[in-house]
Amino acid sequence: MPLLLLALRRLALRLPTLGLILVGLFLLLQLAPGDTVDAMLAQMGGGDPALADRLRSFYGLDATVPVQLGRYLWRLVRLDLGQSAIYGKPVLDVILERLPATLLLTLSSLGLAVAGGMALGVLAARRADGWPDTAISLLGLLFYATPSFWLGLMGIVVFAVKLAWLPAGGLQEVGTGLAGWAAVLDIAWHLVLPTATLSLIFMAIYLRVMRASMLEVLGLDFVRAARAKGVTEGRVLVRHVLRNALLPVVTLVGLQGATLLGGSVVVESVFSLPGLGRLAYESVVQRDLNMLLGIVFASTLLVILVNLAVDLVYARLDPRIAR
Amino acid sequence: MRGWAARIGLGLTVLVLLMALSAGWLFPRDPLGLAGRPLQWPGDNARFWLGTDNSGRDIAAQIFHGARVSLLIGASATAIALVIGTGIGALAGYYGGWVDDVLMRVTEAFQTLPNFLLLLVLVAVFGSDIRTVTVAIGLVSWPASARLTRAEFLTLRNRDFVAGCRTLGMGDAAIMLREILPNALPPLIVYASVVMAGAILLESALAFLGLSDPNIASWGNLIGRGRGVLRTQWFVSAIPGAAILLTVLAVSLLGQGVNDALNPRLRRPRA
Amino acid sequence: MTDGLAVEDLSVGLPPGADRPLALSQVSLHVRPGEVLCLVGESGSGKSMLASAVLRLLPPGVGVTGGRVLLAGQDLLPLPEADMRRIRGAQIGMVFQDASTALNPLHRVGDQVAEPFRTHTGLSRAAVRARVLDLLDQVGLPDPAGAARAYPHQLSGGQRQRVGIAAALALEPGVLIADEPTTALDVTTQAQVLALLRGLQRRRGTALLFITHDFGVVAEIADRVAVLQRGVVVEQGAAADVLNRPAHPYTRALIAAIPPLAPAPPRPVSADAVLSTAGLTKTYGARRWGGRKAVRALDGVSITLPRGATLGVVGESGSGKSTLARVLLRLLPPDAGTVRLDGADLLRLPARAAAKRIGMVFQDPYASLNPRRRVGELVAQGPMVHGMARGPAMARARELLALVALDPSAADRFPHEFSGGQRQRIALARALALEPAVLVADEPVSALDVSVQAQVLALLAGLRDRLGLSMVFVTHDLRVAGRICDRVAVMHRGRVVEEGTAEAVFLHPQHEYTRALLAAVPGRGWTPPALAPSLVAEPLVS
Repeated sequence: MPLLLLALRRLALRLPTLGLILVGLFLLLQLAPGDTVDAMLAQMGGGDPALADRLRSFYGLDATVPVQLGRYLWRLVRLDLGQSAIYGKPVLDVILERLPATLLLTLSSLGLAVAGGMALGVLAARRADGWPDTAISLLGLLFYATPSFWLGLMGIVVFAVKLAWLPAGGLQEVGTGLAGWAAVLDIAWHLVLPTATLSLIFMAIYLRVMRASMLEVLGLDFVRAARAKGVTEGRVLVRHVLRNALLPVVTLVGLQGATLLGGSVVVESVFSLPGLGRLAYESVVQRDLNMLLGIVFASTLLVILVNLAVDLVYARLDPRIAR
Repeated sequence: MRGWAARIGLGLTVLVLLMALSAGWLFPRDPLGLAGRPLQWPGDNARFWLGTDNSGRDIAAQIFHGARVSLLIGASATAIALVIGTGIGALAGYYGGWVDDVLMRVTEAFQTLPNFLLLLVLVAVFGSDIRTVTVAIGLVSWPASARLTRAEFLTLRNRDFVAGCRTLGMGDAAIMLREILPNALPPLIVYASVVMAGAILLESALAFLGLSDPNIASWGNLIGRGRGVLRTQWFVSAIPGAAILLTVLAVSLLGQGVNDALNPRLRRPRA
Repeated sequence: MTDGLAVEDLSVGLPPGADRPLALSQVSLHVRPGEVLCLVGESGSGKSMLASAVLRLLPPGVGVTGGRVLLAGQDLLPLPEADMRRIRGAQIGMVFQDASTALNPLHRVGDQVAEPFRTHTGLSRAAVRARVLDLLDQVGLPDPAGAARAYPHQLSGGQRQRVGIAAALALEPGVLIADEPTTALDVTTQAQVLALLRGLQRRRGTALLFITHDFGVVAEIADRVAVLQRGVVVEQGAAADVLNRPAHPYTRALIAAIPPLAPAPPRPVSADAVLSTAGLTKTYGARRWGGRKAVRALDGVSITLPRGATLGVVGESGSGKSTLARVLLRLLPPDAGTVRLDGADLLRLPARAAAKRIGMVFQDPYASLNPRRRVGELVAQGPMVHGMARGPAMARARELLALVALDPSAADRFPHEFSGGQRQRIALARALALEPAVLVADEPVSALDVSVQAQVLALLAGLRDRLGLSMVFVTHDLRVAGRICDRVAVMHRGRVVEEGTAEAVFLHPQHEYTRALLAAVPGRGWTPPALAPSLVAEPLVS
């Protein structure tokens, strides 16, 4: 119960941030040259100004900015994200269609990055300044410096083109109508390269933080105290060091949740995955501003949820927080 | 790991700087102008060290001119991000109270929104001109340095030497600028390298998607163009990517070297 | 000579670049069962290193270069690590200085006390739990079951230290090493923990090696004493001998520097008050929602400082004395109450005017000077902020440095080139630059070694007499207060429970808290012998 209360309290604190973002973006988009109606007309191949005016009044785009903002926020509360000018469907529907792919990609990348980063960080810290540490840290540095889209492209070249082990893009094999477990495996197979690409960058970051955190905790007094009680080195590591060292990493995962989501834009584009990221890119190119706002809304909600989950995990790990 | 890493970083940075500076002299013609037959492999033709791309442009020229672009955009965006971030963080950390609350809400808003998405929105609204892109990248990168500055100012503000200045009658602005800021600078300077690395990666990602300025010889642009011929002439994408990798590596290692130099880890045992 | 813990000719080397090649040099001592040996030394003497060396837990880069460590006759140094681990916790227990960092903040207290059992014995969980509860009861925790379930941050400092002692004594080791276990505690808590340790040690016949820098504590519990100076044992013997008839010059200097627990001879003080407060109140944490209790740091505090006198504000942590200092310096606005300085309302004055009337010296010499400025600039800063030109200001700075017995050439150097005591002198010069009417000193000598303390106190007393300074001297150390204060105000939980002349408060305390405070001072029954204080030169930090 105290955890639930903590969760609700944190959620309540985050809602103003959400509001701030949406209002800010709405106002920002008012500065955009051309609006949804222009995009629609461009799609239709042109139209006269009278049609444009009628469309504007139909969509309520001729009202003053504060009125539009009010209406917009009211619609958002009811989860009405408007119509997509390009797809001709409600924005919410399109987003829900594309959400699963992005969730699959980002969650598996996050999982891989955290697990890998932790394991490698612990390994590097155990023999700090030894050759495993140098090798791991070097590798980490390389992956951190690599542009994700380039890594993806090179991955395609090596694994899809030269070796033909993995597919070059897409989420599923087109037109084979697989079902059940076979479909799941097929999707997983398609996600190997994209997940690896997106996660390697963040793995490098978590690795470095985990290593530094482990080294710092290893120097703290209670570790010395445990050793003075005669506890074996292995138990010291697992029972005392690990959990304390995890705390900064967990915080970092929370802080970087948004960046991870942003990274999916590029990775989905490289691997032609039908996700929110690529949708965002298309919206920019096609000037579907309703869609873009909707994606921003959805992404912000996702990030808030991730942060909430991280807060809960942290509270579970550290009893000092629940006060 | 420590000593030679910093030296490699310094060496690579110097290399990239040289590339940037010598670009106009080694490749005087427009790097985006047609130079020869398209899609020649590196080494095929003595005139084109690194081959040509799909439109017949000299890849080596684009690499060298691209160094200029990357360093310029990286440095400018970093400067913008740091000025904004340091200003906001300093005010929030020093004054606390409602000033801190408001400023941190704004910072949190910027951090909750995925920064690449915000970048896309800014580009959608304001266009893809190189100046716009640079400012946009700066606007997207400031939150982390704000938090760092705020943390530093919060700690330093409560230090006794600041209390001493207050009892001597010093004004707030003088204390922030002349007493606290010089002590808060070292971690910020190190962080600048992280911001710069991020700025270079952001610009190249944007260019790869075709959303950056198409009239400049950005490395990301080249990678994007090479995507069409990835299966056969993969070098068009591979080479500029390697250049990005080396530059970001250089900046990161340099930052790490500065960090190690400024915080010597004196592990002097307690006697 | 083979029972208990014996250290023979132990030498421990430091890595290159340290201030000396050997942390410990041919140290020999012997702690017999049932005996308390106090190892005394100032900071940098190597005393903590000895504890680490015995347990073979030295930090990387530091190693034993010679000698033996005998536990019941067996040399511990050549033992394989697995055997040594079996000895740690089971036959040698260790109590650390700061219990808040010696306990894992993420584990419950009960689990941490149970750890030695789980590591060394095969007892069932129920049996271990019973032992843990029994231990927590023995160390005087009022609710053992509740404490066992709690996390470290939910206990007070004294309670945490008791937990540390419980864990160290869990398996009834023959030897107990306590590394400054009461240094981080309040005076009254310290007295309780010392009594606890002594009682447990006597009952079980444990050999206790007690490391400390405080001779008062030594007087309180030691059977034998060993004095450590820069890694060398310079004197060793029965407590009564070393304390009352010290032989080695270093020991004599240390003991000469200890202020007796008695008021200084009274000086004539003027009748009119230069500073007075009325009804000062300050509450923290009232506005936070969500269960954070409000803390009354100051509750109607009214004190008076006669002109030219020194008023000591004495109390433990949480008494509000530091808050009072900060309110007087206008660093914290009070919720209610007034402060009058020379007749003017101090809190209403503009910042510049107030700065000229009241100056400060703070506790931590390492944090109170901006590390990036030269000493001369720091001392001249006050006058320069108030409009004096740089030239005259720097000249004045040099004068002030000479006044505090520092070479005027110090003006061109940076703070990190000076030792703690010298930095406090610089802070003093800086505070005096504006010629304030009142000086507020918040624990100005608490972070200094006892020999340096005596010098800085002597300097303060000399300046006070020469310049006619009025001073508010905040401290937790009653000996220091007695040395320099004319009047004393005792604070407890935000209130002034007693105020009067130093003589009245020390010799005829009225309030029961004052009496408890005086009774808790370690070594109060011992009067340091009156020795001529030889000047121990302060080393310049390289």
